[in-house]
Amino acid sequence: MVLLLLSSGLLLGWSLGANDAANVFGTAVATRMLRFRTAVTYCSIFVILGAVISGAGATDTLGQLGAVNALGGSFMVALAAALSVVWMTKAGLPVSTSQAIVGAIVGWNLFTGSQTDAKALIEIVSSWVASPILAGAFAALFYAIARRVIERQPIHLLKLDAATRVSLIVAGAFGAYSLGANNIANVMGAFVPAFPVRSFHIAGVFSLSMRQLLFMIGGFAIAVGAFTYSRRVMMTVGKGLFRLTPVTALVVVLSEAIVLFLFASQSLESWLLSHGLPAIPLVPVSSSQAVIGAIIGIAIVKGGKGVRYTILGRIAAGWATTPAIAAVIAFVGLFFLQNVFGLTVAKPEPYAVTQSVLHKLEQKGVPGRQLDALTRLRFGNARSFERALDSDTELTPEARALVLEYAKSDSFYISPRLIGSLDHSILNEAQISAIAELADSSFSHEWQFREALARISPAWRPPAMESPGEAGTRPFEIRHVLDTFRVPLRRPSG
Amino acid sequence: MPRLFEKTKILESQLDEYLNHTSEVGLLLLEAIRDYLAGRLEAFESRRRQVSELEKHADRLRHDVEHELYVETLIPESRGDVLGILEETDEVISAAKVTLEQFSVEEPDIPDELSADFLELADYGNRAVQELVMGIRAYFRTSTSVTDYVHKVSFWEKEADKVGERLKRRIFRMDTDLACKMHRSDFVWHIDSVADQAEDVSDRLTISAIKRSI
Repeated sequence: MVLLLLSSGLLLGWSLGANDAANVFGTAVATRMLRFRTAVTYCSIFVILGAVISGAGATDTLGQLGAVNALGGSFMVALAAALSVVWMTKAGLPVSTSQAIVGAIVGWNLFTGSQTDAKALIEIVSSWVASPILAGAFAALFYAIARRVIERQPIHLLKLDAATRVSLIVAGAFGAYSLGANNIANVMGAFVPAFPVRSFHIAGVFSLSMRQLLFMIGGFAIAVGAFTYSRRVMMTVGKGLFRLTPVTALVVVLSEAIVLFLFASQSLESWLLSHGLPAIPLVPVSSSQAVIGAIIGIAIVKGGKGVRYTILGRIAAGWATTPAIAAVIAFVGLFFLQNVFGLTVAKPEPYAVTQSVLHKLEQKGVPGRQLDALTRLRFGNARSFERALDSDTELTPEARALVLEYAKSDSFYISPRLIGSLDHSILNEAQISAIAELADSSFSHEWQFREALARISPAWRPPAMESPGEAGTRPFEIRHVLDTFRVPLRRPSG
Repeated sequence: MPRLFEKTKILESQLDEYLNHTSEVGLLLLEAIRDYLAGRLEAFESRRRQVSELEKHADRLRHDVEHELYVETLIPESRGDVLGILEETDEVISAAKVTLEQFSVEEPDIPDELSADFLELADYGNRAVQELVMGIRAYFRTSTSVTDYVHKVSFWEKEADKVGERLKRRIFRMDTDLACKMHRSDFVWHIDSVADQAEDVSDRLTISAIKRSI
């Protein structure tokens, strides 16, 4: 059953491999600089490595947008994205898997009444606009440098050819790695929250987390797509749309790879933050649009002749239409899946204003009396709670956001039996002993549990945090703990 | 990867050798005709044999380069152009070889009063070949300077044409029989064909250089 439900994600992975492998190695294959088999072999290896090693960043952002927490929902979200990609491709419209999956997740949020994180959504959409522009800027710069070097340094045609060939393989491998790191979120992002956090030990040599295992499966699906169907797309990308010389092809691939990497690298993000620089959001972006941006960047340096600027309008239109179509398909599909096939498409996410919530909000400066009318009610999802907040209270937007954050209910019981089953490859000894101190406690909100952990041990606090009290930002470890001790909630009637 | 760079190095030196041969053929053509006109027939024959040997070797080099370029799928974008340039350059070498062979076989009677013009014609042919070789070398390294050499090839070809026309007029105004006139005129055409062939290659070189610019 799990495999059947994963199939839509695998289909999405396959179509990504068939289409986007061409963005990485298409020009190299079409200009006969590389053999198809060599190209897809490199592509597959590096896509899988990128997905498993660096796939987490962009996936977390999708998780913030909407954590699809039941496998039935994940299946439909991925299927809706895949269907909209197929549909729009058939209609000859520029389409990106990244945009389709975001629309589908928003569709799931709408159907289940979950909150759509506006900040995450704005971050994602602005990255879509920024990625082709950035790729264009990189390409223009690299092209100008390459032209200057080639004109000033007499490099023999054959030597240049050999160097370009090697560089195309290196840049292609980097591109494939970045593609895996950035776009695995599209393929498996919707499935990650639906699976418990566990780790798997392979031959006692290395271990993979559940998330990495999912990414590896998704990576294989992308590789299969590249092997089975990308040759034709490569020929179209490399020859049909735009005629590139091997050197310009190299510039395009390199620019695209850097852009995908920038929007996927957690290490770069932490480096920027540690140097007081603004971080680049980790968001799945479209590799095709980065390629088009890069080609336009080169064309502008060349004098701007022959650039079809209408294509930019079509891309911009795709930023709106693709998510809208995917959201509609996801919404309708989820309705059928839940009501016709009786599948669980979302786990309940109830909201309640308990005494502890009121106390916490008072601490944060939100007066509790404003919420009196809501204290004895339980709400089935974010939408009904938000409706009640809007009709019964007059909160400022900041206070409203705080209420939404703290009133989200959950249920945790720190069973001594389950403490023994915690995964030692995910958690360290200090973290586990902190949990052991909480044995037999219960929590009705996630933040309560996080705070209790942060109070007990510095191992549960982020490194920069001096004082205990706030919940730590150790998403991977905390999710494992939350998944282990969560008591399944019944769907409330209110 | 090191194999790729090693192959590239070998091919580079083969191409250089091929171009050296072409240049030498141009120089030998001039010297051989100088010898012939001065009546130094033995020296002429020795130079003619040298040209034949160079032509054979250049042919082998060209085949090897072509074979390697195809088998290793090197320079896929410029391969057609490079092979075209090499094949047409071969025609320049052949034109020089055939010219000297004709001199050797037919032993045309060239009076002293025409010697200077014949020598000038051969000189311009040689100059066109030398500029062509420089142009091809530039094509392989910096495509932007190709036009400088192509322009000079064209200049020397036109100069050769002028001398050729002048020579033919003088030949046909001489007081000899028509067969002799035709015979001498035929040799003007032979020597002139070297510069003509060089110009054909340079035309192709111009287009290829434009295509090569990134």
